[in-house]
Amino acid sequence: MKKLLSIATLAAMVTTLVAGEVMVKGSDTMLNLTQRLAEAFSAASPDITVSVAGGGSGVGINAVVNNEVEIGNASRSIKSKEISNARANGVNPVEYAIAVDGLCVIAGPNNPVKRLTMAQLGDIYRGKIKNWSEVGGPNKPITLYGRQPNSGTFVFFREMAVKAEYAQSMRQMNGNSQIVEGVKADAGGIGYVGVGYVKDGGITVIELSSDGTSYSSPLDKSAVDNGTYPLARPLFQYTNGKVKGDAKAFIEFELSPAGQKIVEEEGFFPLNKSLVEKNQGNL
Amino acid sequence: MRLRKVADRGVSAVFLVNAVLSAVVLLGILAFLLFYGVRTFSGTPLLKFLTGTVWNPDAYGEPSYGLLPLLLGSFASTAIALIIAIPLGIASAVFISERLKGWVRVTVKTLVELFAGFPSVVIGFFGLVVLAPLIARIFNVPSGLNLLNAGLLLGLMSLPTIISVADDALRVVPHSYREAAYALGATPWTTATRIVLPAARSGILAAVMLGFGRAVGETMAVLMVAGNAALMPKSLFDPVRTITSTIAIELGESAFGDTHFYSLFALGFVLFLLALATNLVAESLIKREKRSFTL
Repeated sequence: MKKLLSIATLAAMVTTLVAGEVMVKGSDTMLNLTQRLAEAFSAASPDITVSVAGGGSGVGINAVVNNEVEIGNASRSIKSKEISNARANGVNPVEYAIAVDGLCVIAGPNNPVKRLTMAQLGDIYRGKIKNWSEVGGPNKPITLYGRQPNSGTFVFFREMAVKAEYAQSMRQMNGNSQIVEGVKADAGGIGYVGVGYVKDGGITVIELSSDGTSYSSPLDKSAVDNGTYPLARPLFQYTNGKVKGDAKAFIEFELSPAGQKIVEEEGFFPLNKSLVEKNQGNL
Repeated sequence: MRLRKVADRGVSAVFLVNAVLSAVVLLGILAFLLFYGVRTFSGTPLLKFLTGTVWNPDAYGEPSYGLLPLLLGSFASTAIALIIAIPLGIASAVFISERLKGWVRVTVKTLVELFAGFPSVVIGFFGLVVLAPLIARIFNVPSGLNLLNAGLLLGLMSLPTIISVADDALRVVPHSYREAAYALGATPWTTATRIVLPAARSGILAAVMLGFGRAVGETMAVLMVAGNAALMPKSLFDPVRTITSTIAIELGESAFGDTHFYSLFALGFVLFLLALATNLVAESLIKREKRSFTL
């Protein structure tokens, strides 16, 4: 057992030490985006390969905390407990925002409910509102779709919208596309996915409002940009200490105009000025 | 002569080493599970773990580690799988072994065995995209991602195992049994059900046990279609969370040294106990069978 473990650690060390390879792991919301960025980056600098894996934001942050990868993707910010775990391992997590996401609340294609307040949304996911008729829709029970606890989106949505435990009846899906598939097939379904996953259509993207008077859509770039849309969030990458070497070259590419163009092509939003400035301080 | 003896000794030494090695590895894994698993109970009492009805380690408020919804999820989906797979599997095995001949038999058997090695993620995808909407439409329920879907997929996946092993068991029943039955004027149906099946009983029991193992241990396909809400299931159309999918979902994000981390090893130990219990039951059934069955 011990021998096996030491061989495994040795192998892990060798792979991290190999020059020209950057390992990225984490958020499923960011998976397609980071893969596209990695392809474009490797095309421009062929001597560096970037390998990207999913698993969820919790998995990505954990991998940085345990010093297993160079870059951890996370669609939520690091928790204080994770920071203290990292410090205990001698790891100093540093944060870079690479894109902005308007987390979309989605419903079935023919659902007449086009807008919800954050209070209603919270009640729906807390299991207090159980029927669409309570929010101005047809008399149809609501089926909740959400992510699994390893997902940053699961945590972010709980912090921002639910502010309590999720209703136990929520179906916990394994990734954004599975939520889209589930909601597409379910006329009473509601779910939440990154904005990069709604561009193919076939579902209703619900407009949200914090105050109950002005509603905004996550597809509206300016509303996401200036924070009017209540579920706007940056997508992060974490490294151990200020990023250096090949990983730095990759992150710099992501933040460059070419990288930000790919961000938009994938349906997400480019960084605004304050996020760009925050990144500058860590580069 | 002497050389042969040396070779003989050598070979049995190799086998002994192999046997010891597999036992050591198994015990090592067991010790590892126990070693980590018991630490759960410094964070949450054992009784609460065994009787709790809420599994929510990553809670907004206080985390809770209740085994029951997961255990029930595993049991319920496996039970549905076996209800489907046992009769279908044994019937198919009888058909393949007793009625099919020559190249047809070989082809069918090969296909069945090929299906046994089918990647579970593909079956899960089938469940997600094809079966789920179908279930939702047929039963007029909002979502097809539920216990029934998981059970159906697990049944589908344990079917080839059951068929293949049961067919092997039927094939080794001596041909003279069948000839004797025919000589007494029995029809093929009577021969199969009254003579061949009972004679192969212990092998068929083994087939069922292997099918059970396949179903209860399956992770990926179930994870994709079960809905994964850690509810105490009340109907076929409720989402369920199995023990295996819980470990798969949560291991990556749980921090080393956390109660959450250790609780997943405790879950692994529960799975081990489950497998052990079924094996013991099967063994004792087979033993009793051997004593009572005389022909």
